[in-house]
Amino acid sequence: MKGYTATLPGGEAIYYVDRKRYLWTLSVLYPLQPFIGIWLHAETGNQAWLLLPIFLGYVVNPLLDWVLGEDENNPPEEVLLKLDRDPFYRILTYLVVPLHFVSLIGAAWWAGTQSLSWWAFLGLAAVAGITSGLGINTGHELGHKKSKIERRLAKIVLAVPVYGHFWIEHNRGHHRDVSTPEDPASSRMGESIYRFATREIPGAFKRAWAIEKERLERRDKSAWDMNNQILQSMSLSLVLQVGLLLAFGWKMIPFLLVHNVLAWWQLTSANYVEHYGLLRLKDDKGRYERCQPHHSWNSNHVFSNLVLFHLERHSDHHAHPLRRYQSLRHFDNLPTLPSGYFGAYLLAWIPPLWFRVMDKALLALPHVNHDLTRVNIEPAKRAAIVQKYGRRPGESS
Amino acid sequence: MSAYRCPECGYLFDEDEGDEHEGYRPGTPFAKLPDDFACPDCSVRFKDDFEKV
Ligand SMILES: [Zn+2]
Repeated sequence: MKGYTATLPGGEAIYYVDRKRYLWTLSVLYPLQPFIGIWLHAETGNQAWLLLPIFLGYVVNPLLDWVLGEDENNPPEEVLLKLDRDPFYRILTYLVVPLHFVSLIGAAWWAGTQSLSWWAFLGLAAVAGITSGLGINTGHELGHKKSKIERRLAKIVLAVPVYGHFWIEHNRGHHRDVSTPEDPASSRMGESIYRFATREIPGAFKRAWAIEKERLERRDKSAWDMNNQILQSMSLSLVLQVGLLLAFGWKMIPFLLVHNVLAWWQLTSANYVEHYGLLRLKDDKGRYERCQPHHSWNSNHVFSNLVLFHLERHSDHHAHPLRRYQSLRHFDNLPTLPSGYFGAYLLAWIPPLWFRVMDKALLALPHVNHDLTRVNIEPAKRAAIVQKYGRRPGESS
Repeated sequence: MSAYRCPECGYLFDEDEGDEHEGYRPGTPFAKLPDDFACPDCSVRFKDDFEKV
């Protein structure tokens, strides 16, 4: 396996091999999951197989995270640059882009041409949606980079989940405002994922549009100019979805509706768990402190990280947004999710359970230490939270 | 004219060149950038954080 040589500060030469190098292909292959169900359905005639990817995602995946556990290893500081620049890793993110199109078209073709029971039809649409949610993850990794090709591929892949505004919203909005009450993509303590979704989905779109409009105004162009990068990606979405409608008929209306909503819901779930309750404090000038590793919930769970291009090493990602997935690091004493993302989503979807586990974890963080002034709290729940967790005067930590 | 660099990601704002994509014309002084200017590449460093090169 390919390795990197470097010299430690003491003069000692080291040779570092990235054991995950070839395992990252899991992130490339995972979006092909609808075809496992389609193949088994074709082989056996049992439509229930079409739902297999849901079972893989939300039962097998959390189980594998639990069994395989966490990996806190970091590449040595001295080889980080070489690792970051190795084109192998970048090429994997290019390769997955066409696969997202193949998956959606393949699932639509099967749903549009087979006579399926209503539940199998909707199940396959849901599987396609969950899979396109992974496309947002691919667009996320690509959209953070400086090269033209990566930015172009980000816009292209985000056309699959109809989320072309995401990379502008995420890079220029969410990263700037993360873990502040102003950020529609950072969830607040006491805010259920369902309440969060109604704030996040429209809020993210509005912020992206405002940012892009402002940029185009500086260039003396209208927001509706074809230089608008949101419109560029959305037009590709339109071509793709109208194409599917023309190819497979009216059945594509419910199919694409379920697909789109489920794809967005994947992102909402990820956003919800990534910064729950965390708050950047203001300095004496009223400016928010820089985003530090403890402003994101992190997870080192091996399996789900391998299928998500290391997205769960979220603390380093927010501290250094351009760092490539293969070189994201673990830090000690980070806010840590109780499981990988797929398991955490399950928890998030059942709000009383989520609050029970996460509110306690949030307040116990070393930088919070039960001090509610260091928590991003949902205004509608503030009184109840202060009542339940607030310290009485004179009480010390 | 001078150039200013983002200490986080290395983005360079060269006053001679401006930044066409972002809509800053060649010859735009760094001081004339909006007060809430965030690094166009990483968005986690702001105008005050930029270093003159
Ligand atoms: Zn920067």
